[in-house]
Amino acid sequence: MKNDNHDENRIKRRDFLRDGFRTLSALGLGGVAGLLVSKSRSKNTVWQIDPHICVQCERCATYCVLNPSAVKCVHAYDVCGYCELCGGYHQPDAQELDTAAENQLCPTGAIKRTYIEDPFYEYTIDEETCIGCAKCVKGCNAFGNGSLYLQVRHDRCLNCNECAIAKVCPSGAFRRVPADSPYILKGKQGSL
Amino acid sequence: MSGKRSTFSNRIGISYVSKSDMRKPSSPGKGLISRKPLIKIRRVFRRTVLVYVILISGFAATMTSFAQDRFPKPEFETDYQQPLTTTPEPRSQAWEYVDVFLLVTALSLASYFALKTRSRRSLFILMIFSLAYFGFIRRGCVCSVGATQNIALALADSSYLLPVAVVAFFIFPLIFTLFFGRTFCAAVCPLGAVQDIISYKKTKLPAWLSQVLGLLPYLYLGLAVLFAASGSAFIICQYDPFVSIFRLSGNFTLILISGVFLVMSVFVARPYCRFLCPYGVLLGWMSRLSRRHVTITPDDCVQCRLCEDVCPVDAILKPTPEKAPETRAQGTRRLAIMLILLPAMIIAGGWAVSRLDGILSRVHPRVRLAEQILKEDAGIVRETTVESRTYRSQGKTVEDLIQEAMTIRKDYQKGGWYLGGFLGLVFFGKLYGLSVRRKRTDYVPDRSSCLSCGRCFLYCPKERVRLKNKTEGR
Repeated sequence: MKNDNHDENRIKRRDFLRDGFRTLSALGLGGVAGLLVSKSRSKNTVWQIDPHICVQCERCATYCVLNPSAVKCVHAYDVCGYCELCGGYHQPDAQELDTAAENQLCPTGAIKRTYIEDPFYEYTIDEETCIGCAKCVKGCNAFGNGSLYLQVRHDRCLNCNECAIAKVCPSGAFRRVPADSPYILKGKQGSL
Repeated sequence: MSGKRSTFSNRIGISYVSKSDMRKPSSPGKGLISRKPLIKIRRVFRRTVLVYVILISGFAATMTSFAQDRFPKPEFETDYQQPLTTTPEPRSQAWEYVDVFLLVTALSLASYFALKTRSRRSLFILMIFSLAYFGFIRRGCVCSVGATQNIALALADSSYLLPVAVVAFFIFPLIFTLFFGRTFCAAVCPLGAVQDIISYKKTKLPAWLSQVLGLLPYLYLGLAVLFAASGSAFIICQYDPFVSIFRLSGNFTLILISGVFLVMSVFVARPYCRFLCPYGVLLGWMSRLSRRHVTITPDDCVQCRLCEDVCPVDAILKPTPEKAPETRAQGTRRLAIMLILLPAMIIAGGWAVSRLDGILSRVHPRVRLAEQILKEDAGIVRETTVESRTYRSQGKTVEDLIQEAMTIRKDYQKGGWYLGGFLGLVFFGKLYGLSVRRKRTDYVPDRSSCLSCGRCFLYCPKERVRLKNKTEGR
């Protein structure tokens, strides 16, 4: 009889302990949640490349979880110098400044040029073909105004929790930016 | 017009200086100005341009900015309008709230199906929905498992921007588990859903093996929190088992991990959930304290042990055989051993792991970079890396980097004490759990490891009778 009573008490004690710990855990979780929410921001963040820090290491082309990469070359047209030998379009030792593949720098031929007037061409990037290798960016920075640069394209980017490119970016050019201003642009558009 | 021409020659000059001076100008290409009259100008320009390029590159290196406006915008004679750079918008913020709403709905439904309607079929349908939405549509990111790292980083680094949706994904499953058990694992987590759907055969692992493997999640959680809080890496995301399936792309490591876990899941139920999932540790703690929990049957157990056979994760505890209670002397001795063991294990663990700061801190990219640069300077390695070249070109000193690496290493020493202490505590908890024999008269689910998958419901004869009566009663 005494033993039964003891067992009953034991179970009650266990329930009591569980209730107590549960209340404590709930309070703890609530506290942590409150702290985190007060620290966090309601706006989501997305990954972006700061073109002023990027060193064109070519890793964006290969490390993205997407194939082809969500990083693409973009063109700040108002920065472009409309060079005759476009450092981003032509090989530095191009024999002819024409559209022949052997004279082009882009490994996939993703840069299209359209004739404006003699001797100017407008250069646009075909994002379907661009792989984000930054070869043209390097050329444009070396010889031109640096109007070609890399950006994470948010119609493609999956916004991974840990960006696989950011992890290997040698210059620290990758960072999270608020989703309502998701690009770090060059030229007038960037300073707006 | 002449001013315009000289700029062109300048441009051509730059491009040719950069390559070879030897080449004879070839026949003029389409749209190219005849080069013959320019050859002289080019010669004159060559040297000055070379100086110019060197100056620019030097300037670029020190200022780490680009020499923009090297060439001004030409004056177009046609009415050419410069287009704008396109900026496709990211996924709308509203979708974040949809995600959180669907998460809470799925958690509520899973708890309702597991505890109230007790229907494995409903849970299965919900599981397929979760797999489709949180897995394939949301591409598995952000998930509650990975959110643990964001929380750890946000608590350690106040400058880290933590989106509210991530907090919600971390907190809500824990709160639901505190009240209803691990219903999140049952039908909401997409990682669990993949494994559960393809689970075909249940291989019963020997008890010692599942006990030992069961310690891995604690280690994984500890390391993940340490690496995340120190800003080194998000290892849970790096080695996510199924994210490459959700995205239908991934690097070799990720695809290999996915393949291994998929094959394993067919024969051993939910290997990731049981033997690796770090979030499962937290859910397990909450589930132990849960207010309500899945029962095999609300009726009395007839001890047929059919449920034990069907449980895929070996989470059903057997009734304990009758045994004489331990004497007072035995109890005192056990208590004394435990009281000595507890602090001893925590301190030993902390000391041991804090000694591993050298190895562990190498996960941080800055520490690896500092080592590389020191090796380069000492002449141990010849090859420079992209990282070291970039660091040197950014015009920062090696001393700064070493200082930074040493600070990180100190953080790891401190973090090592926490991690080791935690692991010591976990080992102690395991030992204590093994030494205590709770009295059980029926088959009951183990609250911490039961995933509320509902497979046992229909295997229980009492439950079958109860369901039959219920439908006939209607």
